[in-house]
Amino acid sequence: MLSKIVRTVANQLIVFILVFGLYIIAHGHLTPGGGFQGGAIIVSGVVMLLVAFSSHEMKKGLRERVLSIVESSGALIFIILAFAGIGTVFFYNILLGTPLFGGIPATGSGPGILWTAGVIPLMNFAVGLKVIAGLSAVVLALALFSSGEEVEE
Amino acid sequence: MDYIPLDFPFLAAALLVGISFYIIIFKKNLTKLIMGVAMLASGVNLFLVSLGYRAGANAPIYTDVPGGPMVMSVPQALTLTSIVINVAVLALMLTMVIRIYRHTGTLDSEKSRKMKG
Amino acid sequence: MADLMTHGGILIIAIPLLAAFLTPLVGMASQRARNILVVVSLTFVAFLVFALARDISINGIHVYTLGATSPELTTPKGFIVPVRIILEVDGMSMLMAMLWSIVSLAAAIFSLSHIANETGQSRFYTLLLLMVAGGFGMMFTGDLFNLFVFLEIASISGAALIAYRTKFADTQEGGFKYIVVSAIASLMVLFAIGLLYAQYNLLNIGALAEVIQYTTADKIALALLLIAFTIKAGMVPLHLWFPDAYSVAPASITGMLVITSHACMYAAFRICFSLYGTMLDAPVVGWILIVFGLLSMFVGVTMAVFQKDVMRFMSYHAISQLGYMWIGVGVGLAVLGNADLMATYGRDAMSGGIFHILNHAMYKPLLFFTGGALFHMTGTRDLTKMGGLAHKMKWTAILYIIGTLSISGIPPLNGFSSKILIYESVYQFNAILTITGIVVSILTLASFTKAFHSAFMGAELPEYGKVREVPKSMIIGMAILAAGIVFITLFPSLVVDWAIHPAADALINQGGYIDAITGAVP
Repeated sequence: MLSKIVRTVANQLIVFILVFGLYIIAHGHLTPGGGFQGGAIIVSGVVMLLVAFSSHEMKKGLRERVLSIVESSGALIFIILAFAGIGTVFFYNILLGTPLFGGIPATGSGPGILWTAGVIPLMNFAVGLKVIAGLSAVVLALALFSSGEEVEE
Repeated sequence: MDYIPLDFPFLAAALLVGISFYIIIFKKNLTKLIMGVAMLASGVNLFLVSLGYRAGANAPIYTDVPGGPMVMSVPQALTLTSIVINVAVLALMLTMVIRIYRHTGTLDSEKSRKMKG
Repeated sequence: MADLMTHGGILIIAIPLLAAFLTPLVGMASQRARNILVVVSLTFVAFLVFALARDISINGIHVYTLGATSPELTTPKGFIVPVRIILEVDGMSMLMAMLWSIVSLAAAIFSLSHIANETGQSRFYTLLLLMVAGGFGMMFTGDLFNLFVFLEIASISGAALIAYRTKFADTQEGGFKYIVVSAIASLMVLFAIGLLYAQYNLLNIGALAEVIQYTTADKIALALLLIAFTIKAGMVPLHLWFPDAYSVAPASITGMLVITSHACMYAAFRICFSLYGTMLDAPVVGWILIVFGLLSMFVGVTMAVFQKDVMRFMSYHAISQLGYMWIGVGVGLAVLGNADLMATYGRDAMSGGIFHILNHAMYKPLLFFTGGALFHMTGTRDLTKMGGLAHKMKWTAILYIIGTLSISGIPPLNGFSSKILIYESVYQFNAILTITGIVVSILTLASFTKAFHSAFMGAELPEYGKVREVPKSMIIGMAILAAGIVFITLFPSLVVDWAIHPAADALINQGGYIDAITGAVP
């Protein structure tokens, strides 16, 4: 565990990193970004917290059971959205033309209209959830490994 | 076109691939082997992205883009997929090296071998 | 039913994925429910595979476009080339899918007891289902980059499964070698895909086959692709990782990894026959495959003779049997440009090679499963420490004998049918190949008999007094494969007419493959 200044600054910074990561996930169909990129940014925030607080402290906050459930549900949302179009073809964009997420982003539009592109933003969120949970589990397991503990079942 | 032009990104990609093959074949430390594989992945990703470039075109983003031709976006999608796959492969390789170190106490690939013949 | 069959290809890939994502959640609730989920989903997939095979034999090649407004809309209005990920299922894909579904079902049932005492079983079944989905994806896809993605999915889950038993050091070493070799091979495939995309702006195999010319960059791409896929399929001299990885994995996973190496061989055939077709230098590439196939046969069986570890011994034999398949299909490739030689013996040689793929996929996992049963009961893989086990493990001994007679090509079992087809057709190409094949068969029989004597015969050793027969689910897993062997033994000409000749014709007929993509009517 590092000194009090580092811990306080890390506590303040994680909020901004979370907001920035969620912005990148949400605007994946308009600006560069998407599920994996935003998820990786949030996981780098988690690594910052891991370095500031020790891995023993983080293990109490990020329980392995919760991470497993979040990861599986992110993957399940993705594949169920893909199956939902099976009436026409698998992976068909069912929300195109509906008032919920219909509409097609036009080239050269303004700062971007968020409620477009059908099922793609929802899939971005699902992939973002899975990446956050999965990569956090990997990073936490590696940190615990090298400090001597085992993450048993 | 029926030849690959000798521009700078392609030379850099070829240099990365060449150095990484030297590392994988000749170095004995397992961590250096992992770094060699990561460098090979970087070289191939650089090669893929630089294939799509067209001179004088804009980035393939919809928001606030001036009109005109756009750079090819398919190689960018291929590179993104490749980066994600390589993250998983590197995480797996690191875990196995940590376990090998725990069991045998050394990171030398000659001394930690258990299977011969 | 017809509606189910139009979506058949993608359902076969997507149902194991759905089950893989459900398994951790269900496994947290109850272990029995998770086991039932795994077995039921794999049985349903096997049923779908056989129904789709029947549909394709009646209706021809199936094309499925993901995300379009109708499954056959490969080229929407306003586009010149096919867009979107397209699955293309023909006779050769269906043959590989049939044997993959049977072997994965047998492996899942075998694992129910084999890993029953280990921790982290939900993760094992998740990775197994992901590997099944990756294998099916490799066999069904008609797109080069999709092939790369599914190859990586199968390799990563396979490597994680090899290193499943974390208490031992040699499993970690075998898994590490597997993942490093897979990563390098996949990056070579990606480099070759980049080269092909740079020239022709296409990723679809059928559309590329129409416009490809044999320029220098194409030759480099062909060399990289063939080297990468033959590394993964265990061809000599790039086989040094193969025994290390296959001997330490849990036995059910080794059976599935054998089929994964078959799938990489299938990908190499797809590249040579359907992508390049008559554009490549058919005699040169064919002879290269034949020479390295001969080397594989010979090196595999000579290294196997003095092994002490039973799984390592069987994996060297796997390398040797893979050599037979390279020779059969290599002869077919060498006469690809020559229509009457192809009709005389080329098609028969290819049928022999493909039939050997089917037979090997039945008896090799069976032999690995018996090795796993020996390890399960005695706790060791060393043949010199075992002895006299036939008294207690009768069923295992009988299944081992069936596997031995198959692999050595003893009539009337299935190994004999495919080997005689290879010998007769390859003899007309060059006589040395047949003679080497017969010598290797004799050496295979000799080494397997020695191993049988060492493990099963002899007096009962005192430290194995408490050994019983293996649990029922392991016997059922082995019996599924033995039933496949008996079926092929009793009806070889039926199998050849319904499954093998359509597969060989689908590989030779590149024009049909291209027409299915470009001429598809929505």
